[in-house]
Amino acid sequence: MGKIFRNFVPYWKSVLVILLLLTAQAVCDLALPQYTSDIIDTGIQNCGISHILPEKMSDTEYEYAEMFMTKKELEEFRSCYKPEDKLYVRTQNDEKKLKKLDDELIYPIVIDYTMSMLPLEDFAEMAKEKVGGQLKPKPTEEFVESVSKAIGAELKVTKIKDEDGADSAYVDARPLFRAKADRASIAQIREFMKKEVDALGKDTAKSSAVAFAVKCDREAGVDVDSIQTAYLWIAGVKMLLISFVLTFCAVFAGFFAARVGSGVGMTLRSRVFRNVIGFSNSEIDKFSTASLITRTTNDIQQIQMVSVIMLRMVLYAPIIGIGGVIKVINTGASMWWVIALAVASIMVIVAALMAIAMPKFKLMQKLVDRVNLVSREILTGIPVIRAFGREEREEEIFDEANVALTKTTLFTNRVMTFMLPIMTVMMNLISVLIVWVASGNIKDGNMQVGEMTAFITYSMQIIISFLMLTVMSIFLPRAAVAAGRIDEVVKTETSIKDADDSRPLADNKGVVEFRNVSFRYPGAEEDVLSDISFTAYPGETTAIIGSTGSGKSTLVNLIPRLYDVTGGAVLIDGEDIRNVTMESLRDEIGYVPQKGILFSGTIASNLRFGNKDAGDAEIEKAARIAQAAEFIDEKPDGYESEISQGGTNVSGGQKQRLSIARAIAKNPKIYIFDDSFSALDMKTDKKLRQELDKEVSDSTVIIVAQRISTIIDAQRIIVLDDGRIAGIGTHRDLLKTCGEYLEIAKSQLSEKELGLGEDGELDG
Amino acid sequence: MAEPRPRRGHGGKMAPVEKAKDFRGSIKNLIKYIGRYKIAVIIVMICAALSTIFAVIGPKILGNATTALASGLMMQIQGTGTIDLGYIGIILLIVLALYGVSALFMFVQGWLMTGVTQKICYRMRKEISEKINRMPLKYFESRTYGEVLSRITNDVDTLGMGLNQSITQIITSLCTVVGTLIMMLLISPLMTLIALVILPVSAVIIGVIVKISQKHFRAQQEELGNINGIVEESYGGHLIIKSNNKEAETIEEFEKTNRKLYNSAWKSQFLSGIMMPLMMFVGNLGYAAVALSGGLLAIQGIITIGDIQAFIQYVKNFTQPIQQISQVINQVQSMAAAAERVFEFLNEEEEEQTVENPVDVESVRGDVEFEHVRFGYNEDKIIINDFSAKIRQGQRVAIVGPTGAGKTTMVKLLMRFYDVNSGVIRIDGHDIREFNRRELRNAIGMVLQDTWLFNGTIMENIRYGRLEATDEEVVAAAKAAHADRFIRTLPDGYKMVLNEDASNVSQGQKQLLTIARAILADNPILILDEATSSVDTRTESRIQRAMNNLMKGRTSFIIAHRLSTIKDADLILVMKDGDIIEQGTHEELLGEKGFYYELYNSQFDS
Repeated sequence: MGKIFRNFVPYWKSVLVILLLLTAQAVCDLALPQYTSDIIDTGIQNCGISHILPEKMSDTEYEYAEMFMTKKELEEFRSCYKPEDKLYVRTQNDEKKLKKLDDELIYPIVIDYTMSMLPLEDFAEMAKEKVGGQLKPKPTEEFVESVSKAIGAELKVTKIKDEDGADSAYVDARPLFRAKADRASIAQIREFMKKEVDALGKDTAKSSAVAFAVKCDREAGVDVDSIQTAYLWIAGVKMLLISFVLTFCAVFAGFFAARVGSGVGMTLRSRVFRNVIGFSNSEIDKFSTASLITRTTNDIQQIQMVSVIMLRMVLYAPIIGIGGVIKVINTGASMWWVIALAVASIMVIVAALMAIAMPKFKLMQKLVDRVNLVSREILTGIPVIRAFGREEREEEIFDEANVALTKTTLFTNRVMTFMLPIMTVMMNLISVLIVWVASGNIKDGNMQVGEMTAFITYSMQIIISFLMLTVMSIFLPRAAVAAGRIDEVVKTETSIKDADDSRPLADNKGVVEFRNVSFRYPGAEEDVLSDISFTAYPGETTAIIGSTGSGKSTLVNLIPRLYDVTGGAVLIDGEDIRNVTMESLRDEIGYVPQKGILFSGTIASNLRFGNKDAGDAEIEKAARIAQAAEFIDEKPDGYESEISQGGTNVSGGQKQRLSIARAIAKNPKIYIFDDSFSALDMKTDKKLRQELDKEVSDSTVIIVAQRISTIIDAQRIIVLDDGRIAGIGTHRDLLKTCGEYLEIAKSQLSEKELGLGEDGELDG
Repeated sequence: MAEPRPRRGHGGKMAPVEKAKDFRGSIKNLIKYIGRYKIAVIIVMICAALSTIFAVIGPKILGNATTALASGLMMQIQGTGTIDLGYIGIILLIVLALYGVSALFMFVQGWLMTGVTQKICYRMRKEISEKINRMPLKYFESRTYGEVLSRITNDVDTLGMGLNQSITQIITSLCTVVGTLIMMLLISPLMTLIALVILPVSAVIIGVIVKISQKHFRAQQEELGNINGIVEESYGGHLIIKSNNKEAETIEEFEKTNRKLYNSAWKSQFLSGIMMPLMMFVGNLGYAAVALSGGLLAIQGIITIGDIQAFIQYVKNFTQPIQQISQVINQVQSMAAAAERVFEFLNEEEEEQTVENPVDVESVRGDVEFEHVRFGYNEDKIIINDFSAKIRQGQRVAIVGPTGAGKTTMVKLLMRFYDVNSGVIRIDGHDIREFNRRELRNAIGMVLQDTWLFNGTIMENIRYGRLEATDEEVVAAAKAAHADRFIRTLPDGYKMVLNEDASNVSQGQKQLLTIARAILADNPILILDEATSSVDTRTESRIQRAMNNLMKGRTSFIIAHRLSTIKDADLILVMKDGDIIEQGTHEELLGEKGFYYELYNSQFDS
C-alpha cells in the first residue's frame, strides 16, 4: 500500500492543494445542513428572529421587562436601548454582544414573558396572595376584572385554543406585580422561575424568549413578517453561495487529482519502460515479455485509476467523517453514541458479509479462469476433438466448470443481494432512532427540531465516509498487488552494463574468438554452454549446427552481449567484449534473430533501423541481397509501404527477408544469422547466401542453421551437442570425424546424396 | 455495492457504449430466451415496484414525526401542551415497518433475479459449448478463437450483469421517479414545480459533459492503444533494439506518446470527475430552493416543517434515479449488443451430424478412393480442381507439393471437416457422406503439426485416444511411440500435469505424446499432417521410428514438406495448384525427372 502512496511524493504540492480544497469542500458540505437547520429553527419557528432582545419595544413593555431584572442586568439592558417617541429602540446591533446577552438576560426575559401569559388558575393563586382572600374560589374573567379594579390597572386576558381545542384564558399578570410586588417578592418569583426555566431546557427557554421578542416587535410596529422573509432569503442565498464554493472546490480538487493521477501514471510508465529497455535478456527472461507488457500497460493503468480515486474519495472520506463528528459533538453531544452504534453495526455487517463472500469471490475468479481455460482448449483443439470424436467428453468437462462457476457466482451474488436491503434498513433504522432519541431531547428542551434534521444528515455523512473507507479497503489491496508488480520491475537492475573503464571498439577487423566460454542461465542448475573455444575470421562463414536445445542461439547471443558469459571470454580482435562499450560493439554487429521482427512504420524505416544514414541505394542493395527487392517492388508504394504493428501485413518469409536486409543495410563487420534462413524456401535460401558471399566478402559471418544444405559450404562448421562442441571442421571433415554431424546429415539426406557411396568420395 | 467486474475495461459511464445492430430484435430474442423464467421475472418486477413504493412513502411519514415534534415544541413553549412522545413513537414504528417491508421485497427481488440470471448464463454457456461441436470447422478457421472465447465469457458476463441489474433498476427507478413525484405533489405543487426546474438543467449539464468528455475519452483510448502498441513492439523487439543501439530513440518516441497520453488522460479523467460535483451543485440548488420556498410556505402555514424535511429527502431521491436511468440505458445497450452476438453465434449454421441408415463403421478396412473431387472454401475460389486417387488398405501414401497446393485440404475432406463441392470420396466403396459424421472420424486417426494437448496428466492426454484404455495399454502405446522413456524421466512420470500451454514438455516430446495418443486410438486409417515439421531433423528421425510403428498395417496419409521423411511411401502424390500432377514411388518419380525431381533436388542444391 505504501508503494501507492510513494508515487504521490513528487506531487506533494498538488496533493496539499487537493487536501485544502477537499477540506474547504467538506466545510461547505457540512455547513449546508446547518442552514436548513437554521431555516427551520430560526426562520420558521422563531419568525426569523435570532435574539431575545426585541428591536423595538413600547415603553410599557420596556418598563415591565425592567421589573424582573437584577441591578447588573438592568444596566446591561438599558445600555442597549434608547428612547424614541414612546418607543425604545435597540441600539446594540453587534452580533457577538447580542449573543452574549441572549444568555445573560434569558431569565428576566423568560419570566417577563411567562408573567405576560399566565394561565388563569396560576394568576388567581397569585392574585389571592397579593390582593387578599375576598375573591371567589373559582377563577373567572369576572375575577380578573375585580382584581383589576382592586389594583387600579387594566389586566389583559387572552384566549388561546389548547391541544384539545378548548379555550384557555391567559392573563397578563405584570400590572399586578407593578402595583403590589416589592423587591423581595420579585426575588422570590425569580428563584422559583429560574428552576422552571432550567426545567424547560436551554433551547426551549430561548425559543420562548425569542417568542417574547417577536411579540414586542410586533406590538412596537416592527414588520416581523418581512424580517422573517428576509431571513429566509438570506439563508437561501447563503446556501447557494456555499453550494457554489463547494462545487468550485470539488471541481478543482478533481482537476488536480486528475493531473496528479495521470502524472503518476506517466512517470511510472516512463520509469518502467526506460528500465525495461535497459534490461539484458536475463531480466527479460526472468519476467517474460508478456508479463512485462502487462506490467507496463494494465498494471500502471490500474494504479493511475486508483490514484485518482484515492486523491478524491479516500482523502475526502476521513475529512468529512471527522468534520461530521465535530459538528455532531457541537450540536448534540449527548447523542454521539447513536452514530457510534450505527457505524459499529454497519461495519460489523459489512465485515461479516465480506468475510462470507470474499473467499468465494477469489474462488470465483479461479472458476472464471477455469471456464476460460476449458473453452480455449476446446476452441484450439477442435480438429483433434473431432478427429477423436471426443465432443461429448469436452461438453462434460465444460459443464463441470460451468456448474462450479454458476454455483459460486450464485452464492456470492446472493450474499450481495443481502447487502443493499440490509444497508437501507440500517440507514433508515438510524434515522428513526435519531428522531426518537432527539424527540426525548427536544421534549427536555435540550435540542431543536432543525438540529435534529441536521444531525441526521451528519450521521449519514459519517456513516457513508466509513462505508467508503471499507469499500476502498477491499479494492486497494488489489491495486497494491499491481503496485508491487510494477515496483519489482523498477527495482530490477540490468545485469549487463558497460564497465567503468570501457572504451569504444577501435578500428577493428571483426575476428570473433570464444575462449573457454561457458554459460549458465541465472538460477539454472547446469551450464547451457561449456568450454566453447573457436575463432571466426573475417571473409569466412562459421556455421553452428546441433539439435534443438543444444545451445546454438545462446552461443550467438553472447557476441552482442545480450547475455554475459559466466566463464571464459568472448573476444573481438583480441579484446574482451566486456571491456568495450556496448554501443561500439553493437554497431559492428548485424544480428538477425530467429523470428523476423519488424516495427511499425514503412519498409524503408525498418531497413534503416540499424543505420539511419543509409541512402536509398544502400537499402535497395540490402533488400536485393536479402531477396526482398522483388516483393517490395511489387508493392504499389514500394519502399514506402506501411508496415503494421508486429509486421502482421507481410508474410513470415517476407518478414524474415526484411529483417535480414535490415542487418545488411547496417553494413557491419560481423553478421550473426540465428537460424534466420529456415523460414525461407530452399531456393531463396540458396540465392540469398550466394549474394551474401559475393557482397559482404570481407565480413565475419556466423550462421546458426538446422538445414545441412544451408551450411554445407561453410569454412567452419561447429557441431554443438548438449552445450559442448562435438566437432569443428568443414562438411567433408565432419562427415568422417563427427558422429553427431553424420547423424544429423543422415536424417536429412540419403547416403547417396551425402556422397558416402562405396568410394567414400563426395559428389559435390 | 456492485459486484466486482472481472475482465472489464476502464471507462465507466463515460465510455462510449457499444450498440447492438438490431436493438429491438436482440431484446426480443432475449425475452424469448428468458421465457421459462417469465413468472419469476414478473414476481421480481412486482417486488421491485412494491419495495420502491414502500420506500417512497417513508420520508413523508417520518416527516409527520418531525411535524408532531415541532408543533409539540411550539405548544411547550407557549405552555399550552407538550410533545406527545407516544404518538411520535407510533409514527416511527410505522416508518420502520414500511422500510422493513420495502427491504424484504428488495431482498426477495434480488434473490430471485440472481437465480434467474445465473440459470440463464449457465444455459447460455452450455449451449454455446455444445454449439461449437456442431458447427462446421470453416467457421472457426475464418476467425480467431479469441472472438468465440469472448462470447462464452465476456458477452455472457455482460449479459448476466445487465439482466441482473437493469430489469430491477428500470422498475425501481421508474417507480421512484413516479412515486416521489406523487409524494412531492401531495406535499406542495408549488415546491414540486420549483424542484422540477432543476431537471432540465441537470439534463443539459449531463449532456454537455458527456459529449465533451467522450471526445477526450476516445483520445485517451487511442493514445492508450498507441502506447500499448509501442510497449508491445519494443518489448517484443527488445533484441533488435539492443543490437542496433536504438534504446535512446525508442525511449524518446515512447515519451512523446506518453506525454500525449497524459494530456488526454487527465482531461478525460477530469471531465468525467466533474460530473459528480456539478450534479451535486444542481442538487444543492434544488436543496436551497426547496429549503427557501418551504420556509416561506411554512410561515404562511401552508406546509409543515416535517413536510420540508420530507421534501428535501424527496428532491435528493429524485435526481438519483434519473442519473441511474441514463446508466441503465447504457447497460441495456451493451447487454443488447452482447445478446446479439451470443444469439448470432447460437443461430449459426450447423452441420448435420447423422444420416439415415448409416454405414457401419466397425468393419472399415481402409480402402480409400477420391473420385473427381472438386472443392473450394468459397465457391468462387476452387482449391482442389479434379483430384482422383485410389488407395488400397494398408498403403502408405505421401502427399507432397508446394505450400498452397491443397495437401491439408485433402485430409480435411476425408475427415469431413468440409464436404466436397462435387465428386466423391469413398471408404471401402461407401461414400463418406453415408457415414455418421462422428463415427466416420472414429475410423480415422490423426497426428497434426499442431500438437494439441490439454491441461491434465500425461496419462489422461494419451488416454484421450481411447477413453476406456487401461493404464497398461496407455503405457504400451507410449512405448510404441518411443515416448515411454522420456515420460519416466519427467517429475511424476505419467502423472505429470501438463500446464496450460503444455510448455513444460518440449515440442518433440509433445509430438511423441500425440503419436502415442494416435497409436492408442488404433484406427484403420491414419493421417499425419506435417507431424514433425516443428522439430529438428535429429529429433525427427527418432519420431520417425515411432511413426513407422504407428503406420504398420494402416492406410496412412502423410503430408510433409521435408521430402526425406516420405521416401519409403508406397505411393507419393505430387500436388500442385489443386491437382495431382505426378504419382508413383520415390524412385519412379525421381526417374521421371519432373516436378518432384526438381522439388527434391532443390533441397540439396548448394
